[in-house]
Amino acid sequence: MTDLPDNGRASDTAWSSDAFKNRLARRHRKELGLKLLGLGALTLAFLMLGILLWTLISGGAQAFRQTHVTLDVPISAQMVDPADPAAGNYRGVIAEAMQATFPDAPQERMRALSGILSNAAQFVLRDRVVADPELIGQVVQIRVPTSDTYDQLNKGNVNEASDESTRRLNDEDIRAFRQLEAEGRITLPFNWALFTNADSRFPELAGLRGAIIGSFYALLVCFLISFPLGIGAAIYLEEFAPKNKISDIIEVNINNLAAVPSVVFGLLGLAVFLNWFGMQRSAPFVGGLVLALMTLPTIIIATRAALKAVPPSIREAALGVGASKQQVVFGHVLPLAMPGILTGTIIGLAQALGETAPLLLIGMNAFVTSAPGTPFDASTALPTQIFIWADSPERGFVARTSAAILVLLGFLVLMNAIAIFLRNRFERRW
Amino acid sequence: MYDTNRPEAAVGQQDIKISASDVQVFYGPKQAIKDLNVEILDKTVTAFIGPSGCGKSTFLRCINRMNDTVDTARVEGRIAIDGQNIYDRGVDPVQLRAKVGMVFQKPNPFPKSIYDNVSYGPKIHGLARDKAQMDEIVETALRGAALWNEVKDRLHEPGTGLSGGQQQRLCIARAVATAPEVLLMDEPCSALDPIATSQVEELIEQLRTRFSVVIVTHSMQQAARVSQKTAFFHLGSLVEYGDTNDIFTRPRDSRTEAYISGRIG
Repeated sequence: MTDLPDNGRASDTAWSSDAFKNRLARRHRKELGLKLLGLGALTLAFLMLGILLWTLISGGAQAFRQTHVTLDVPISAQMVDPADPAAGNYRGVIAEAMQATFPDAPQERMRALSGILSNAAQFVLRDRVVADPELIGQVVQIRVPTSDTYDQLNKGNVNEASDESTRRLNDEDIRAFRQLEAEGRITLPFNWALFTNADSRFPELAGLRGAIIGSFYALLVCFLISFPLGIGAAIYLEEFAPKNKISDIIEVNINNLAAVPSVVFGLLGLAVFLNWFGMQRSAPFVGGLVLALMTLPTIIIATRAALKAVPPSIREAALGVGASKQQVVFGHVLPLAMPGILTGTIIGLAQALGETAPLLLIGMNAFVTSAPGTPFDASTALPTQIFIWADSPERGFVARTSAAILVLLGFLVLMNAIAIFLRNRFERRW
Repeated sequence: MYDTNRPEAAVGQQDIKISASDVQVFYGPKQAIKDLNVEILDKTVTAFIGPSGCGKSTFLRCINRMNDTVDTARVEGRIAIDGQNIYDRGVDPVQLRAKVGMVFQKPNPFPKSIYDNVSYGPKIHGLARDKAQMDEIVETALRGAALWNEVKDRLHEPGTGLSGGQQQRLCIARAVATAPEVLLMDEPCSALDPIATSQVEELIEQLRTRFSVVIVTHSMQQAARVSQKTAFFHLGSLVEYGDTNDIFTRPRDSRTEAYISGRIG
């Protein structure tokens, strides 16, 4: 700029010179490039998310509905003793009902025809009769799930044009199912069993109840341990601990702990809680303990950040009127930091909810067919249930794996939404 | 100690409230205040003036031991209030701060209601027996801070909803609610507009009748308007201390003269 001529007109030409225009054009190009790069990255991220969700939804949507058969079942007193309805021969009752539904079928076909119904049919019937023994001697209409192979047939996943020997259902089986369909006995309602049943050998009966309750107990234990401990540790480190070498070392180690792979915490839980303390294997309580170890650093870091974000003017104001350190922290700083602490805690818990590896190591991938009654009963959790189902070859389990992932994602979205809501609702300005 | 031989200083009529002798303050290795000796009178407004970084705020924060909260700060020497050295082992800084109130540069009301802001100090020190007495303390403090008429109908609305000047007067009300004997003000008007400033200055004039007020200010006009005594700080030392009139009309030290005529600072 020093060689600019000192009259006004020459300076005008300098601002519109080619060199200046080139510089301007180059700057604009660079800005556009940066913008496009960011836009591209964003598009790619959304594309990946879209593919993930599409895969899950297209694979899992079918698992949210389950084919059912409606049957008229005559319950005779020979089969079910009115004095002890729980011990009745319900298997026989169902077989008789199937015989009545297919009166022309030869005896050797009956076994295959009974296979249309899920194994659960006899138990559904038993529960109905035990609840209401008056039904003995009457004809009861029940709606029971079909077995998985017929469920897949109804959902269009069986290629009927293919060679009979390559399918699990032969032409006769398919004809029998079509006959039921023509009689209006086949329905495809919402699959409540997915939420009300625990795991099962049979895909049509398998549900997430055990996993959801197991995850709930594990998270509850995790929260009850890591929340007070984490806040206590953070308050001490941030407000009371002297700033010296030791507190520096502690700080570095907490940050390192937050980055330790979760499988390591699982090994720790296995070694300490199961082998040394001899706690119950597969129990959500132990799962919660391990997850608490993992969540603790996250909560400490989030709490310290939230405490640091409280403006010093508030501390000074409280100190200035003669509040003690403890009164300042609990009366002023902590309430102001609470939204940040809660947000961090919920995000930490959401992380814990999706954690699989540590739970596998303490045996929460066991095959458990009943939901846990207490945190000390053997159980699975949502991510380990996904792990178990993903290992199963049946078509019904493949769809249920995707459905379970969708349920897990649903819970995660819900928890993050709560975190955002809390932050917006309780964040105070000063 | 500078004015004892001047007739207009009138020291004999007023008691010495705060007396500092040989005060040294260090932040880590850096010395912020050197060999400070001063006697501050009761029921008087004393202004601390001086260029930025001269130590005036540092000394102010020594008077209620606010510097204790700074890890690296170290105070030597003796600061006595009514003859009691506040740095003695037996003195509890928390109790001291109830007796020596403080108002800060930026209005910093708690994010609570106006009532809770004022009642907080009396509450933690147990100054009220019941709700009625607390109401009375709050009203007296707000009247004392010339804020009562503006907020009496919205005592339970948040203090942060007030205007800047009102917030600062609320902070003054909060400080006077614990019935302090000394009120320290650290540039209380630097974040306020001229109208709010003049309200606060009027308030300071009233507060002087009840206790000793020490005010740090960057505005020499303000020091001249509100104070009876002025202390000029420069590079961590007390350069000159005397009647405000004398400091501004007949400064004895060349540095004081340079500062008030705008050549340094």
